[in-house]
Amino acid sequence: MSSTNRNMIQAINDAHRVMMERDPDIVVFGEDVGYFGGVFRATEGLQKQFGKTRAFDTPISEGGIIGTAVGMAAYGLKPVVEIQFADYIYPGYDQIVSEVARMRYRTAGEWTMPMVIRSPYGGGIFGGQTHSQSPEALFTHIAGIKTVIPSNPYDAKGLLIAAIEDLDPVLFFEPKRIYNGPFDGHHDRPVTPWAKHPASDVPDGHYTVPLGKAAIVRPGEALTLITYGTMVHVALAAVEENGIDAEVIDLRTLIPLDIETIEHSVRKTGRCLIVQEATRTSGFGAELAALVQERCFYHLEAPVERVAGWDTPYPHAYEWVYFPGPIRLKNALNKVMES
Amino acid sequence: MSDNPKRPNRPALTLHVPEPAYRPGDAPDFSSVLVPAAGAALRPDVAVEAEVTHPLCTSLVRVLDDDGRAVGAWDPRLDADTLRKMLRDMKTVRTFDNRMYRAQRQGKTSFYMKCTGEEAIAVAAATAMDPDDMHFPTYRQQGLLIARGYSLVAMMCQIYSNRGDKLKGRQLPIMYSDKKYGFFSISGNLGTQYPQAVGWAMASAIKGDSRIAMGWIGDGATAEGDFHSALTFAAVYRAPVILAVVNNQWAISSFSGLAGAEEATFASRAVGYGIAGLRVDGNDALAVYAATRWAADRARMNKGPTLIEYFTYRAEGHSTSDDPTGYRPAGEPQAWPLGDPIARLKAHLVALGEWDDERDEGLDKELDALVRAAQKTAEQQGILPQQGFDNIPSMFEDVYADMPWHIAEQRDQALAEAREFLGHEPS
Repeated sequence: MSSTNRNMIQAINDAHRVMMERDPDIVVFGEDVGYFGGVFRATEGLQKQFGKTRAFDTPISEGGIIGTAVGMAAYGLKPVVEIQFADYIYPGYDQIVSEVARMRYRTAGEWTMPMVIRSPYGGGIFGGQTHSQSPEALFTHIAGIKTVIPSNPYDAKGLLIAAIEDLDPVLFFEPKRIYNGPFDGHHDRPVTPWAKHPASDVPDGHYTVPLGKAAIVRPGEALTLITYGTMVHVALAAVEENGIDAEVIDLRTLIPLDIETIEHSVRKTGRCLIVQEATRTSGFGAELAALVQERCFYHLEAPVERVAGWDTPYPHAYEWVYFPGPIRLKNALNKVMES
Repeated sequence: MSDNPKRPNRPALTLHVPEPAYRPGDAPDFSSVLVPAAGAALRPDVAVEAEVTHPLCTSLVRVLDDDGRAVGAWDPRLDADTLRKMLRDMKTVRTFDNRMYRAQRQGKTSFYMKCTGEEAIAVAAATAMDPDDMHFPTYRQQGLLIARGYSLVAMMCQIYSNRGDKLKGRQLPIMYSDKKYGFFSISGNLGTQYPQAVGWAMASAIKGDSRIAMGWIGDGATAEGDFHSALTFAAVYRAPVILAVVNNQWAISSFSGLAGAEEATFASRAVGYGIAGLRVDGNDALAVYAATRWAADRARMNKGPTLIEYFTYRAEGHSTSDDPTGYRPAGEPQAWPLGDPIARLKAHLVALGEWDDERDEGLDKELDALVRAAQKTAEQQGILPQQGFDNIPSMFEDVYADMPWHIAEQRDQALAEAREFLGHEPS
């Protein structure tokens, strides 16, 4: 299969195009998604290629976007919608939690809600409180939806295609800090573009990265570091900088969780550090920590440690105090290794 | 005067908290309710500009007069068989409601909701729509299913959450769902179905289909954001959808003033969105039929959505968990000026010479026997208190298409708990 060097946005855009060509029931809509192609350009060119009734702009109403998507899915279409920022998703939360997630269950399988809700998410771009949040735990808590967070262009395209083909509704959070290049956590250093990263070699055409399968992005023996999204790259840089032979797991899908890969790794290393960008309390990392101690307690040589964003709203000027960066990671790595 | 020293000459601000005119102990009085004469409303052509309909948003489309005659331009001129079918369906709904209400009081299920006094709305709307049009109902449109010939036994099995319940005991009683009958799964979260109806209609238009959708909501839930997002999307995309507001004037204990009815009619929400709107006597089956058919024809001509307010009165409690004598005068259902929808349709058929008291009594007896027989059949498959330990694994199915490991683990734990509780292997 031929391939093209793509950044994450281009990979996501290509996934749409590949799937819309294959499946005439896919409709793509959201705020600024149609003519303009989305504020991050993820849907650029789709309206021109597929027409106004398959890729279109919507009113500024996240409840309306998700609510109409439910009706379209009930009709038999496959909506792939964009919520412009994950921070804006809350007006659609009732439709996601009470309707999208539960429809298969409450109708005993008569009506299902195969749809993808895409949303740029996470911080590191000076977006302030309302353009920086990582609300994944609000969705992993809900039975009936899957939550996917890619960390590179190859996975983004393959996971998005798998999400579109999935029989269940999928929340697809795209870490916007790494749309244009991986981020090592050093905000004071120049940005590296994706072009220099092997995962930017994105196959043309159709392929999938299966949902529910984590990737071991760095094999190691000393410690298991579980993370996802932007923090994959921050964590990889931190373990190299600190000379720790960590096994770094990129979850890619949060629900359903690849527990086997986690268990296997923690039993091998005996130490576990969990890294998330989201606020700490009741975050997905808390669930991971609970699962690791329930399943691997007698293999652990140190308490499970968490690195996370602070429990404050995302502060604009203090972004780099808030963000779980190299120093917070170094201290946590050392703590897990020394205890 | 205001106690803010910056504005000593201004009046102190006051907050208006709406209060119904009459409370328990007061004599019921509906003299302020506008009841225009039957036949008085103009009937615009279905293809008119939306604004032509806007005077109808503050009036009331009525067809049946006090003598049971159908009068005016909105008379749908239905044949006697259709009228008798509607009467039968409305009576079936009422008979069914009474039986199931009693079943709940006998402890056979947890909950029930009647639609007494509102039977004409769902039944006549279903009659006016095509059978393959799609409804996104609330919990008080059981008449849609009954008018479409749905199995009473299937409805009862759902109410009992028993072995015959196609929803496998997962939903509160009366939260029916049936794809084949164009009846979307009912949600307990009010208003969610409204944008869903618009989305279904948009999908039908995207695909060049000819089917339309109808979304239903109560007066109280028009305050939800979903109501307004639905109207915005319906207007923006000119979706082939009918958006119904069943204004029965009560949302549990809150009168419609708390949803804004003191300031404007619900139909007049259509004015601000620039879509067609109609306000209809909801206790007049012919007016309901005519208005719904008008909106359906309009939608099928790509003329966009219509908001219809069906003005009615919730003659009984919100549900089996509610006692309306705690918040409104006891005699209101009798004093309500638009009458009883079943009595009015019966009077019309009698006036036409197509019905009489003898046939009416015969029909009542027939339906009573029919509903009792259905109940007996349904109860053979169990009542709620007997449920809950059969086929426990089914409780963990359909959360996802394929069961993930964590739910499979929880299923096994639940089975172990049930085994310990029962003292034997669960069936």
